[in-house]
Amino acid sequence: MTLSISLTLNGTSEVIALEDPRVTLLDLLRERLHLTGTKKGCDRGQCGACTVLLDGRRTNACLVLAVAQDGAAVTTIEGLAMGGQLHPVQQAFIEHDGFQCGFCTPGQIMSAVGLLAEGQAGDDPERVREGMSGNLCRCGAYAGITEAVLDAQARMTDDQRDAA
Amino acid sequence: MSDIALTSDAAHLRQGSSIGQPLTRRDGPLKVTGAARYAADNHPDGMLFAVLAVSSIARGRVLGLDVAAAKAHPGVVEVMTSTNRPPLAGDPEAKDSPFMFRMEVLQNDLVRYPQQPIAVVIAKTLEAATEGAFLLTPRYEAQMPRVGLDGAEVFVPDSVGVGKPSAMQHGDVEAGLGAASCRMDATYDTPAQYHNAMEPHAIVASWNGDTLSLDTPSQGMAMAQARLATLFGIRPGDIHIRSPFLGGGFGSKGLVNGPQVLGILAARLVGRPVKLVLRREQMYGPVGHRAPTRQVIRMGTDAEGGFTAIANHVRTATSTYDDFIEPAGDVAHTLYATPALATSHEAVRLDTGTPMFMRAPGEASGSIALESAVDEMAEACGMDPLAFRLKNYAEVEPASGKPFSSKALRECYAQGAARFGWWERPVRPRQMRDADGLLVGWGMGTATFPALMFAGNARATLRADGTGLVETGAHDMGQGAWTALAQVAADGLGLPLDRLEFRSGTSDLPDAGIAGGSAHMATVSTAIHKAGGEVIARLAELAMGDERSPLFGAGNMGVIARGGRLHRLDDEGRSETYAEILVRAGLSEIEGNGTGTADPAAQNAFAMHAHGAVFVEVKVDPEFGQIRATRVVGAFAAGRVINPRMVRSQYYGGMIWGVSFALHEHAVTDRRSGRIMNANLAEYHVPVNADVPSLEAILVEEHDPHVNPLGIKGVGEISITGTAGAVANAVWHATGVRVRRFPITLEALIEA
Amino acid sequence: MNTFEFLRPTTIAEAVAAAAVPGAAYHAAGTNLLDLMKGGVMRPGRLVDVNRIPGLDRIEHAADGGVRIGALVRNADLAHDALFAQRFPAVAEALLSGASAQLRNAATVGGNLLQRTRCPYFYDADSACNKRAPGTGCDARGGENRLHAVLGWSDACIATHPSDFCVPLAALGAIVEVVGRDGARDVPLNGFHRLPGHAPERETALAPGDLVVAVRLPAESAAFASHARYLKVRERTSYAFAVVSAAAALRMEDGRIAEARIALGGVALKPWRAEAAEAALADARPTEDAFRQAAEVALTEARPSGDNAFKIELARRIVARALLLAAAGTPERIPALPASPFASAPGGLVHV
Repeated sequence: MTLSISLTLNGTSEVIALEDPRVTLLDLLRERLHLTGTKKGCDRGQCGACTVLLDGRRTNACLVLAVAQDGAAVTTIEGLAMGGQLHPVQQAFIEHDGFQCGFCTPGQIMSAVGLLAEGQAGDDPERVREGMSGNLCRCGAYAGITEAVLDAQARMTDDQRDAA
Repeated sequence: MSDIALTSDAAHLRQGSSIGQPLTRRDGPLKVTGAARYAADNHPDGMLFAVLAVSSIARGRVLGLDVAAAKAHPGVVEVMTSTNRPPLAGDPEAKDSPFMFRMEVLQNDLVRYPQQPIAVVIAKTLEAATEGAFLLTPRYEAQMPRVGLDGAEVFVPDSVGVGKPSAMQHGDVEAGLGAASCRMDATYDTPAQYHNAMEPHAIVASWNGDTLSLDTPSQGMAMAQARLATLFGIRPGDIHIRSPFLGGGFGSKGLVNGPQVLGILAARLVGRPVKLVLRREQMYGPVGHRAPTRQVIRMGTDAEGGFTAIANHVRTATSTYDDFIEPAGDVAHTLYATPALATSHEAVRLDTGTPMFMRAPGEASGSIALESAVDEMAEACGMDPLAFRLKNYAEVEPASGKPFSSKALRECYAQGAARFGWWERPVRPRQMRDADGLLVGWGMGTATFPALMFAGNARATLRADGTGLVETGAHDMGQGAWTALAQVAADGLGLPLDRLEFRSGTSDLPDAGIAGGSAHMATVSTAIHKAGGEVIARLAELAMGDERSPLFGAGNMGVIARGGRLHRLDDEGRSETYAEILVRAGLSEIEGNGTGTADPAAQNAFAMHAHGAVFVEVKVDPEFGQIRATRVVGAFAAGRVINPRMVRSQYYGGMIWGVSFALHEHAVTDRRSGRIMNANLAEYHVPVNADVPSLEAILVEEHDPHVNPLGIKGVGEISITGTAGAVANAVWHATGVRVRRFPITLEALIEA
Repeated sequence: MNTFEFLRPTTIAEAVAAAAVPGAAYHAAGTNLLDLMKGGVMRPGRLVDVNRIPGLDRIEHAADGGVRIGALVRNADLAHDALFAQRFPAVAEALLSGASAQLRNAATVGGNLLQRTRCPYFYDADSACNKRAPGTGCDARGGENRLHAVLGWSDACIATHPSDFCVPLAALGAIVEVVGRDGARDVPLNGFHRLPGHAPERETALAPGDLVVAVRLPAESAAFASHARYLKVRERTSYAFAVVSAAAALRMEDGRIAEARIALGGVALKPWRAEAAEAALADARPTEDAFRQAAEVALTEARPSGDNAFKIELARRIVARALLLAAAGTPERIPALPASPFASAPGGLVHV
C-alpha cells in the first residue's frame, strides 16, 4: 500500500510517499528524509528528545504516525535558524551552557520554542522548569536550560515568540 | 595570561591566554542546530537496519526461534542467530586483562541475563526489522533466576574495581571500636542503577574487504580497535572508528559491548553497511550497570569526637560469567583521619548483565553510605556534622599515610558553608519549616575522587602560515573536551585560539587513552602540552641557530613562545613570528609528539585526589513524604581549571546524579522472572528539570604541582559523591527519620 | 509493531462500522495506542483514525454552567480554555499535572479516558496478565506491586487507572457521550470504567465500535468552582504518574459544607468516587477533624493488594489535605507546580 502525505516541512511543501503506515514522524524525519537533528531517546514518549513543532505545537514525534499528518506543518531543529542566523533560543542555549553532550538539545530547544509560544510560563522560573520537565537531560544541564529559556524570552519580540 | 609551570622535559616556556577562559562550547553551534552528527545519524549508501531480539528470561537457554516467520515479514533480509553468524577469530569469552569483559555475541544458545541479545534481524526498513524481531517468538528452557544480594552464594573476590585488593586493614579496628566512647553500627543499601545516557548505544558498520568503518559512540576508541582487531582477526589500523560526539557515556560506552560486535557481524553477514541501535529497554542489560550494595559500617569515636575506628564491609553483586565488583568500601581510605580502618568486599553472582563502570564506580555507592554514617556518628557525639568532619580532617591519606599532593578541602567546607548559610542550622532534626508548613532539612557531605591519569598521546604541528594543528584521538561525551583541550592546545603552542585547529574524535588519530576515571583532561592535556613543547623546542632550535634570526644565540637563556611569536627571554623586545622562522628555514611545517602518563614517582610519594563539600536543602511534605531538593551548593577543589564554564556544568551534572542516587534511581527486578520491571524512562526515574530548582557550584582555587605539568585533576565524577549523602542527611534533618535504603521512598518516611 | 490498515472515516457512522470488527482500534492522537503497539501489548490489524470527523473538537459552555467537551479536544487546549479553567479549576489543574506539555498538546479528551493501565506486568508481554491475556493469571500479585491498587481490586487484577483528568471528572459527576452501532447513549463516568472482577480484560462499558464523542459536566458541577483542588503525590516533582491523588470540591453555604465531592486516583482501576465520605461532610463545618474523618470513611474498604499498605494511609492523608486545600479556596491562578505538595499554598499553612 502506498500512501501519500503532504507536509509543510520547515516552511517547504513536500509530498511524501509512504509504503508503510507504521512509520512515525520521527522515523520519517530521521531515516527517510535524513533530517537527523531530531533525536530518538526512548521512542515511547518518555524523554522528549524527539520534540518537534507540529502545527506550531511542541509534540513528541515518536508517538505521531506520519500517515495521519497529511496537511500538517512540521518544524524541526533544522528549520529554526533563519538565514544562517541562530534563533534567540539557540543563541541563549550556547551562552548559558544549556547542554553538554547535546543529544537532548534539539528536543530541549524545540520544546522551549513551543513553551514560549504557549505564553503560559511568563518569566517565572518555576513555571519554566515545570514546563520544560518533559525533556530529560541525563547530563544535568537543567540550570543552563532554564536560564537560556528565560533569557531568550526576555530578548524575543512578541512576533518572534508567537512564530512557532 | 597564565604561566604554565613545566616539568623537566620541555626546553622552553610558552605563555597563553586560553587556559582559564570560560569559553562557550566550540561545538555549540553544531549541537544547537542539530548538525552535530551522532552515530545513528549516519546513512551510508546501501545501509540496512538491524534490530536486536533479546531474551525475556534471565537464565536458561533458547530452544528455538521462528526464523521463518521473521524472514517472511516483508522487508526482512536476514536473521542472524548463533547458527549462522560469521565466525569470530577471537574468543568473546576471553579475559586477558581486567579491562576486558565477556560479551554475548551469539556464540551459543545460553541465556545469562534478561535483555541478552539472542538474534539480530536485518531489514530494509527499521519498521520491518523491529517487527521481524517480534515475530521470532523465542522458545526457552528457563531456570530459576538468582536475584538480590541474598539470592546466591557469597564469595570473596580476588580484587575489586580494577585490580584493587578486596580487603585492607590499617590499625586494629576491633580495639578501636572497643575503646570508643561513642559508636555507631548501621547497614546501608544502595540499588541497582543503569547509566541511561540519552543516546542509546548504536553502531553503523561498513566492511570494505578486511577494513572496517564504524560510527559508534566510544569513550575508548583505541582500546576498541584493539579488542575488535582480536575478535575479527584484522589489524587494529584497519578499523576506523568515528566518534565525534557521544550522547552521554557515563562509563557505559567505555568498552566494546556485545551489541556493537553484533552490528559488525550483521554487516559482515549481509555484505552491506548495517545500522544497529538499541531500543531503550535494551539499555538495561547488555551495556552495563551499577550493582546494588549492602554496606555494614561501624565507627567509633573518642570523647572529643575523634575517630578511633572506621570499618565498612560491603556486599555487592556481579554476573554469573564475569567479574566487576563495585569497590564501595574504598572511599573510606581517603577521607577521614582514623587510627584504625578496615574495608572488605564480598559478592554474589546473579543472573544479570555484568556490572560496569558507572559514574564514580565505588565512590558513589560508598559515599552515600559513608557520609550518612559520618552524620550518624556526629549525631551520636552531639556534634554538628561539619564540625565533626573538620575535627576528623585527614592531613595525610588515612589508608596509606601519604601526604596529599594538594587538598583545599577546608576551603571547600568554608566557602560552601558560607554560601549555603550552614551555620544557622539547628543541630536537632525536625526543627525547620517553611511558610507553607513543609519540613525543611539541611545536610552535607564530603566529596572526593582520585586524580587519575591514564596514558594518552597527541601530535602537534606548526605550519608555515603560522597556524597550528593539534591531533589526538580524544573523546567528548559532553564534558567539554573539544573546547577545553583546544584551549590547552592553543596555549601549548603559544598561539591564539583562532589560529589553532583541533582535530579529535576518530581512531585514526593518536591514541589518547580512555575517557573515564575523570582522567581524560589530565591525560590528554599533558600529552598535548608536551607535544606543543616539542614543537616549540624544535622551532626555537631552528631560530637560535640561524644568524638571520633575532633569536640567534639565545640558547643559554632560552625563548618564550607567545601569541604566535618566539621572544628572547633575555630581551623580550627581540622576537619573530613562527611563520618567519619556518619560511626562512624552507619548511612547510614542523611536528612534535607528546605522551601524557602518570608520574610513578609522584604517585608513590603523594595521595592525589580532588575534594569538595556539598550542602543540600530538602523540603519534605510532612504527611506524604514527598521530597524535593530545593537547594544544592557544592564547593570543589580540583586543581587547575581549564574552562570554568565546562567545569561548572560538570559539577551541576554530578550533583544532579547525586540527588538522583538518593531519591530516584532504582532498577526494580521481579524476583520470580529476574526481569527488570521498569526498563524504560517513565518508571526508572532520573530527575526532571523541576526536581532541581537551585544549583550552585563554587570553583575553589587549588594549585597542585605534583599531579601533572598542568596541575589538572578530573571533575567528571566527584560531584556525585558528597551530594548523595548530603541529600540523605538533609532528609534526616528535615524529618528526624534516618533512612538507610536508597532511593528514599515515600513509605520509608510514612511508615517510620 | 505490526502492519495495519489505516482508515480515515469522515462520519461517526462510518467510524463505528469500521471499528466494530475484531482487531480494530481507534486512533486519535495515538499517544497511548502507539506506546502499546510498540510494546507489543496491542496489535490491532486496523486503525480507525477519527481526526477527520468534524464536530468533535469543540468546547461548548452552556448557559446553565455545564460544559460539553468534544472527545477530540486536546488536553492542553481544554486546560488553557480560560472559561473552562475558571469554572472547573480542579479539572484544569489535574490536566496540567499529567504527563508532559508535549503529550498534553497531542492527547485528546477521549484518549485520556481510554488510556490503559501502566501496570508493568500488563506492559510486559512475557508476564501473566489476565487483562492482556485473559485467564493467564496476574503476576503483579506477589510481584513488584508497591504502586498497585488498594481499592476495588480482585485476585484477577490489581492494576490502577493512571489518569489525572478522570479523577475530578468523577468527583463532578461527568457523563460520557457514546455513539455505537445502536446509536447514541450517555454513560455516567462512574460506570464507564469497570473494576476488574473476574474479567479484567473488560475495561469499559464500551461495546465493539463504540466511539466516545464527548464528555459533559452537568450544570450542578459548576457550583464548586470557588473551592476545588486536585492534588497528586509523585516520586519526582513532575512528569510522573500519581502514587495517589485526590480531587476535592466543596459547595459552601454560610460557612458550612452544603455538598462535598471527593474522588481518588491511583488507588483503583477506575477513578474512585468516595460518596460515603461526601455524605459524611454534608452540613459539616470545614474543619481538619471533619476532613480526617471523611478521609477515614473514604478508605474504609481499602485493602493492600501487595506491598502497598502505605498507599492506604497516604490516600487518607491526601483526601484530608485536598479537602483542606479546597476549603481554603481555589487559587486565582493554577500554581507553577500544578497539583504538587510543593506548590505554594494560598492563604498560608496547610501542612500541619
